[in-house]
Amino acid sequence: MSESLTAPADNLASPEVFRQRQQSMALASEWFVERQQEAWQRYLDTPLPTRTSEKWRFANLKSLRELDRFAPAPFAKPDADDLVARSNALSKTAGKLVLVDDNIAAPIELDPALAEQGVIFTPLLDALNRYPELVQQYFMAQSPELGSDKFEALHVAMLRAGVFLYVPKNVEVKEPFAVYHWTKQDGTAIFPHTIVVCEDNAGATLVEFQNGAAADTEHLVIANAHLYAGNGAKPQHRIIQNWNERTISFQLNTSNAQRDVESKQVIVNLGSQQARQEIHGKIFGSGSNVELYSLGVPRGTQEFDQRTLQTHIAPNSRSDLLYKNALSDETRTIFSGLIIVEEGAQQTDAYQTNNNLMLSDKAEANSLPGLEIGANDVKCSHGATSGRIDDSEIFYFLARGIPRAKAQELMVFGFFEEIVEKFRNDELAEYVRGLVQQKFAQ
Amino acid sequence: MATTPDLNFERDQGDFHYETTYDYDAGIGLNESTIDYISDVKGEDDWVREFRKKALKTFQDKPMPTHWASKDLENIDFEKIRYYLSKGQRPTRSWDEVPPEVKETFERLGIPEKERAFLAGVEAQFDSESSYSNMKEELAKEGVIFVSSSEGLKEHPEIFRKWFGKVIPIGDNKFSALNAAVFSGGSFIYVPPGVKVKQPLQAYFRINAEQFGQFERTLIIADEGAEVTYMEGCTAPKFETSTLHSAVVELVALKGAKIQYITVQNWSANVFNLVTKRGMAMEDAEVKWIDCNIGSRLTMKYPGVVMRGERARGEVLSIALAHDGQCQDTGAKMIHAANNTTSNIVSKSISIGKGVSTYRGVVGMPKHLDGCKNNTECDALLINSNSRTNTYPAITVRGSSNTVQHEASVSKVSAEQIFYMMQRGLSEGEAMSLSVNGFVNDLIREFPMEYSVELKRLIDLEMEGSVG
Repeated sequence: MSESLTAPADNLASPEVFRQRQQSMALASEWFVERQQEAWQRYLDTPLPTRTSEKWRFANLKSLRELDRFAPAPFAKPDADDLVARSNALSKTAGKLVLVDDNIAAPIELDPALAEQGVIFTPLLDALNRYPELVQQYFMAQSPELGSDKFEALHVAMLRAGVFLYVPKNVEVKEPFAVYHWTKQDGTAIFPHTIVVCEDNAGATLVEFQNGAAADTEHLVIANAHLYAGNGAKPQHRIIQNWNERTISFQLNTSNAQRDVESKQVIVNLGSQQARQEIHGKIFGSGSNVELYSLGVPRGTQEFDQRTLQTHIAPNSRSDLLYKNALSDETRTIFSGLIIVEEGAQQTDAYQTNNNLMLSDKAEANSLPGLEIGANDVKCSHGATSGRIDDSEIFYFLARGIPRAKAQELMVFGFFEEIVEKFRNDELAEYVRGLVQQKFAQ
Repeated sequence: MATTPDLNFERDQGDFHYETTYDYDAGIGLNESTIDYISDVKGEDDWVREFRKKALKTFQDKPMPTHWASKDLENIDFEKIRYYLSKGQRPTRSWDEVPPEVKETFERLGIPEKERAFLAGVEAQFDSESSYSNMKEELAKEGVIFVSSSEGLKEHPEIFRKWFGKVIPIGDNKFSALNAAVFSGGSFIYVPPGVKVKQPLQAYFRINAEQFGQFERTLIIADEGAEVTYMEGCTAPKFETSTLHSAVVELVALKGAKIQYITVQNWSANVFNLVTKRGMAMEDAEVKWIDCNIGSRLTMKYPGVVMRGERARGEVLSIALAHDGQCQDTGAKMIHAANNTTSNIVSKSISIGKGVSTYRGVVGMPKHLDGCKNNTECDALLINSNSRTNTYPAITVRGSSNTVQHEASVSKVSAEQIFYMMQRGLSEGEAMSLSVNGFVNDLIREFPMEYSVELKRLIDLEMEGSVG
């Protein structure tokens, strides 16, 4: 870990920061460098979100004005064998990548049988060199468009790490791919970028573990993840967001589906001081089914701000969204969801549900479940509930000799189980249950 | 059923206009001298004049809410509007004094004189001033005050000044500020403690001059344990240029009081209807808004209830019908500010042709309160394949002992139902009408009888030719 590389002048407030970074990266790919330059200008030109912006309603904007203090994490081969050793949540994987402060920490693993079938699983910059056309085709082809334009521009300008997963036609990968992201050096910012491409009838699962090496370092994370599913593809994506609690994190995702796609994205929110997530499911073809799930366990003064969009462009597809939070202490959550059914997208089924379980008198849950429907032959509904554990249910436990605190914990676990079982991977489900349990034990 | 072509419908009702000559006319446009003119004509006290001027400044300073609302708002040309217009009449007391052409207008509205005799007190508004107001003697005997806004502020300041502009402050929004600057007309009602007004009080509104915006101001105070129902209905003639209607309605329900406010809005399709309505409910009090929007070009109206006292209750029942070219942006605002308060919102909207109906709501339980409950249901019915509906609720809950539940659904009229009815000899239009009436039926039943009859007729009329 060479900490001398980050002088204070390198933080995001410095006008030199972008040029320095471009120099040190020395990328050969011209189009990519151009994209980064254009993005940097866009970042400088775009104003910070204001209080009157609907896309930032209820959000804590104060911390966004203080992001300049972070410096992009420097290039360096990290000395992080301990973190590599801890990157072991899944015992069976098709491929594995460990990134520490946006630097590759261990040789990438990929099942050779899959490589033979044409599967690509490699760090983003490597992909840029070896498969420039493929990367160019998909890189930032979609954007969530949910308010973080400025931070997305910063992400593109600064990004230099991430993963590119490409699954060719008719290849179905059984075991999950795992990417472990770690933040380590105090005061740094990372910008990981994930691209998952499943060609026609291909299938794969990518699990991203986002962790902090220590509890007392400060970080900024602006992550992007984009899924592209060809006809009949079955992509699955999970994010276990467990940055340390002094991190401000952004997660800007899109999930793009052509015809007959079965796609599923699950996000578990445990870490970050403030987590902003923008998730856009776009359905371009008929017969597809896009599912978006999330589970949040904020404690202390954490704030989870989630904005989602389900856009139905083609007729006869389905989307389902279920976001659940259990709020303790003085936490805040914001769920702002929108279903857009465009004109002509008849026979759409679109659902959106946000359930908040209030465990504390000082917690605050905001729900903005929205619909914009432009076709009449559709089934669309949304629901939002905020409430506490039913007294009569607690009574049931008490009557059977189970103490109140334990009863409450069990009820919360029951509340989450609906999401946890969507993992369809016992090892991962058990891992997440463990993390949630730890969080309650704190 | 997937493609049902739109047909133009005839809106005969309200599509008429009588020549009227105006004695007072503040001219076009808005500035301080307009305010002075209005205050002079009305002979208002200085504090009212100051209130208006302060509001004018707020109105001019506030930006248009177009960052979230319809861009159509930008089409309002405030310089081309007449802000005050009056026949120069004192509010008349007896039916005989009402000018014949005004009576004729009421005739066309389908309100026979005889029926009105039964109504407890009718204040029929003709343009800015109340051209007719009649109070039954027994109401007066019970101490109920039912006057126009100007009369209320002049004759009973001790009652009305205390609450005037308190439920909806001047700066609440741009249009409430506009209303506060140029208001005229509207009803001021005071119901003394324990008095339960049996008959609903009514006011019929009319807009009857080209480029003329109407800015009524209504304040209803129900003292402890009092009960009152107020009904407001309107139809308006068609004009070529847009008209602006921007009312402010404030309700105050003191301890244990009940106020029910019923609106049937059927302005012609060129009216901007930008209304601020809010009620305050003290301990054990109840405020209920029943709101039905059928007309106008753009309606933005979110009746609200601030539940200030324990066990207060707020309710909004809303029906919106948006036809081609119309935008019904309606909803509700429920602010829980005391323990054990409950609120209920039921909203049903129907979009026909290219009509756009929007539900926009706020439910807030801002402090850590105990035992607050809210229930919200929004159902949207889309008639044609290109009809639109939007839903934008915002719910904030703090604390672990409150519950909120929100549900919304979107549907269309089922082809099977229509087929079933057509098999039994109904035309497609009749079948559609019956289905739509079924969709809103449970809400319409909440309306007083004469209104529910009128509403059903209006819906039939609107559904005519929407299929075929």
